[in-house]
Amino acid sequence: MSETTSPNASATPVVGTARVKRGMAEMLKGGVIMDVVTPEQAKIAEDAGAVAVMALERVPADIRAQGGVSRMSDPDMIDGIIEAVSIPVMAKARIGHFVEAQILQSLGVDYVDESEVLTPADYANHIDKWAFTVPFVCGATNLGEALRRITEGAAMIRSKGEAGTGDVSNATTHMRKIRQEIRRLQTLPADELFVAAKELQAPYELVKEIAETGKLPVVLFTAGGIATPADAAMMMQLGAEGVFVGSGIFKSGNPAQRAAAIVKATTFHDDPDVLAKVSRGLGEAMVGINVDDIPQPHRLADRGW
Amino acid sequence: MTAPVIGVLALQGDVREHVTALTGAGAQARPVRRPAELDAVDGLVIPGGESTTISKLVDIFEMREPIDKRIAAGMPVYGSCAGMIMLATEVLDGRPDQRGFDGIEMTVRRNAFGRQVDSFEAPVEVTGITGGPLHAVFIRAPWVERVGDTVEVLGTVTDGPAAGRIVAVRRDNLLATSFHPELTGDLRLHAYFVDLVRAAG
Repeated sequence: MSETTSPNASATPVVGTARVKRGMAEMLKGGVIMDVVTPEQAKIAEDAGAVAVMALERVPADIRAQGGVSRMSDPDMIDGIIEAVSIPVMAKARIGHFVEAQILQSLGVDYVDESEVLTPADYANHIDKWAFTVPFVCGATNLGEALRRITEGAAMIRSKGEAGTGDVSNATTHMRKIRQEIRRLQTLPADELFVAAKELQAPYELVKEIAETGKLPVVLFTAGGIATPADAAMMMQLGAEGVFVGSGIFKSGNPAQRAAAIVKATTFHDDPDVLAKVSRGLGEAMVGINVDDIPQPHRLADRGW
Repeated sequence: MTAPVIGVLALQGDVREHVTALTGAGAQARPVRRPAELDAVDGLVIPGGESTTISKLVDIFEMREPIDKRIAAGMPVYGSCAGMIMLATEVLDGRPDQRGFDGIEMTVRRNAFGRQVDSFEAPVEVTGITGGPLHAVFIRAPWVERVGDTVEVLGTVTDGPAAGRIVAVRRDNLLATSFHPELTGDLRLHAYFVDLVRAAG
């Protein structure tokens, strides 16, 4: 957070700083953020111990099944979810759709997800996220993508996975990739960081900072294809600081129980005894699709660049 | 001087930031998730996070009774934001089943300053902290609406729409702030707590 260390001299409160935006994500660490489509689901998520809910019209599995253009949710539906729970409420805007983001900010959502799960609105530009008071989370499949989003003002990153599949393989690929690329930067001599920045298509200052600290300057969650407590725990062991669960909960046989189990597994991700206990008797997991069976044009993780 | 051992309740929230700040302030800091780990510390920090989640996990993983017992026996505890809520005897705008520890006799209003778009930074003077006001970071923060007779008010908001609101309190060995000193790199509040733990030990 090097660019935000100068406190204002006056006593006047300041909103929308990088520190309060990034700090909000710090408070979600070790927690589970759940996709919900109704106020009732939001309550189930809160009861289960979710740290936040993601309000959207259709979970990724249904977006995938039904096709068509997928957009920001109806404000009435978002209001209903904000009313229903006391935990933070996030909502999705299309990639590049800065007006959807303006609307979500006006509704009072706590975080905007500029999400590849919705149909992109701009195939060249992402949203200028510095222009907003509300913080943004963005997806990334690799370090360069994460750094470009942070440069545009993202205050939180989630690895992408392949949403709506229940197949965790892409989540592991993307998380491992981001962490590998961070480790690689740490091994480079100072005079090779300039080229590394060029290759990552990311600003040199940010690349240099990561080479020094060994971590992103914002919180890194995981998302996309997480369907079981074991999936969540594996992603935490791979270095995620928290978990987004989309279709995995409300497309399963017993959402309340599964949601609670994933919350417990996220906290005790490194304790196999706890993981064994919470994995019992959860009923059916979401059916799922193997990522390999999805034709390339229908892969959501490839949206965004 | 010996370094006191201070745990950070690591069920959910910004545990790492508190561990770093405590270490910088001269403590041996470590995460605590289990009763046996609690037994081995001289003081405890309840971090920022989501208080409804932390409250739930405290019960699920059977940490409530051990922590209440240690508090009753005089263990120093510091709570920031969600940690303040967990130390309050009464919470407004929380979930009906949300329960804190037998901590500080006070009424705390959850998300009192508003939603995330209202989260802010401002300087706060804290009694007992020298060297000028702390730069306080408030994130969906609570404030204190009422304190019991034994509770000392250490700090209030000085300017803006929430001026006068209580945001830092202490009762004996229990300390709570609405804001997050662990996010600023200013170690004075953590040093204050480390001193408190040292004095209690």
